[in-house]
Amino acid sequence: MLTRRVIPCLDTRGGRVVKGVQFRNLRDAGSPAECAARYEADGADELVLLDVSATVEGRAHALATVREVRRSIAIPLTVGGGVQSAGDAAALLDAGADKVAINTAAVRQPSILSELAARFGSQCVVLSVDAVSRNDDWFVAVRSGTSLAPRTVVEWIREAAALGAGEILLTSVDRDGTRSGYDVPLIEAVTGSVGVPVVASGGAGSANDLVTAIRAGADAVLAASIFHDNATTISAVKCVLAAAGVEVRP
Amino acid sequence: MSGPCVAVIETGAANLASVLAAFQRLGTPATTTSDPDRVRTADRVVLPGVGAFGDVMRRLRSRGLADAIVERCDGGRPVLAVCLGLQLLAERSDEAPEEQGLAVFAGTVTRFAPPLKVPQLGWNLVSAATASRVIESGHAYFANSYRLDEAPSGWTASWATHGAPFVAALERGSLLACQFHPELSGRWGAALLARWITRC
Repeated sequence: MLTRRVIPCLDTRGGRVVKGVQFRNLRDAGSPAECAARYEADGADELVLLDVSATVEGRAHALATVREVRRSIAIPLTVGGGVQSAGDAAALLDAGADKVAINTAAVRQPSILSELAARFGSQCVVLSVDAVSRNDDWFVAVRSGTSLAPRTVVEWIREAAALGAGEILLTSVDRDGTRSGYDVPLIEAVTGSVGVPVVASGGAGSANDLVTAIRAGADAVLAASIFHDNATTISAVKCVLAAAGVEVRP
Repeated sequence: MSGPCVAVIETGAANLASVLAAFQRLGTPATTTSDPDRVRTADRVVLPGVGAFGDVMRRLRSRGLADAIVERCDGGRPVLAVCLGLQLLAERSDEAPEEQGLAVFAGTVTRFAPPLKVPQLGWNLVSAATASRVIESGHAYFANSYRLDEAPSGWTASWATHGAPFVAALERGSLLACQFHPELSGRWGAALLARWITRC
């Protein structure tokens, strides 16, 4: 049986891990390769590496960071930030990514999802969605949360999955870095409307929040702050998940 | 561990860096190739995963790599096929019904059906065949929308379950085909690659 995944996320800028609150006030949280190796040793099922300033600064992902992280880990690596084309995706795979996450460019031109799926397979194409709560619905944020697209999250994710996105990395911008718990209604709304796996992100404050997100339908749970700041560890979180009856990789 | 050199086939879409890094961590020299002669003569060949069946088959054919892989498999020379690599060894796939596979074994690759999550992404338990030379039971990382649900005759099959049982790995002599990604399966996967190098 497929186990539920615990995924630490490394947001990077200028070759360093950074973490903010609601995508702002980024602070330093260490070396990507060192963090990655430590998380794998502690039981991480996968890693996500997001270059959070690539799109805003109008450049591609920093490939040197991807190469360093790849060399240090033997678990899957999803890389996102600044992906504009199939060529960018190929360069990331070449540097050490196993899956490629795309957000802003897909919102601008959804057909890129079909193009990526045709070349790399859907299992390689992760749609990253930054959700912002407005007027009793969720809207899609782009450019690292700096602007809002006129699209609702659920409608966009349905379209993207039909075009070829094979996984949804669903981040609540409102909860990001706040440790106030995942946006559970958002997770329920999205997992109830698509058949591809959904990774819940944004707001994890304790191991119990991860249990709640999985019960709400998430296939995997992503967290950053709680692991970077040693508020808890991946192995401790997995013990809590297992005790709650969630199947995890030992 | 040192020893024979591994040639990893460039399919135009694969996660080559991850495969190379896995062998480097074992101390086994590994390089990429798109040269059919190298595929015929290398000590060991890896047909890596990631990609779409039709697109990768067309590339393998247009570069003369398809024939070289088939010759190698028919001659029983060491090959490791990963994920899409396993599927390419079948006769055909629902992912690209118009495209012939390498037909190293009989069978058609089919798609996981709803209400299952498709693709299958994550760690699943592999139950090793009793007769397996290299697979041990344990959790492996899978990333696939398609799978074989019948084992071809003459091959030793290990299984996993996503809704229903599917083929997790096939072995015949020095040929090992894994539906999972050993290069992404942590220590368990690294130990498996080491056994493939020493036992096959």
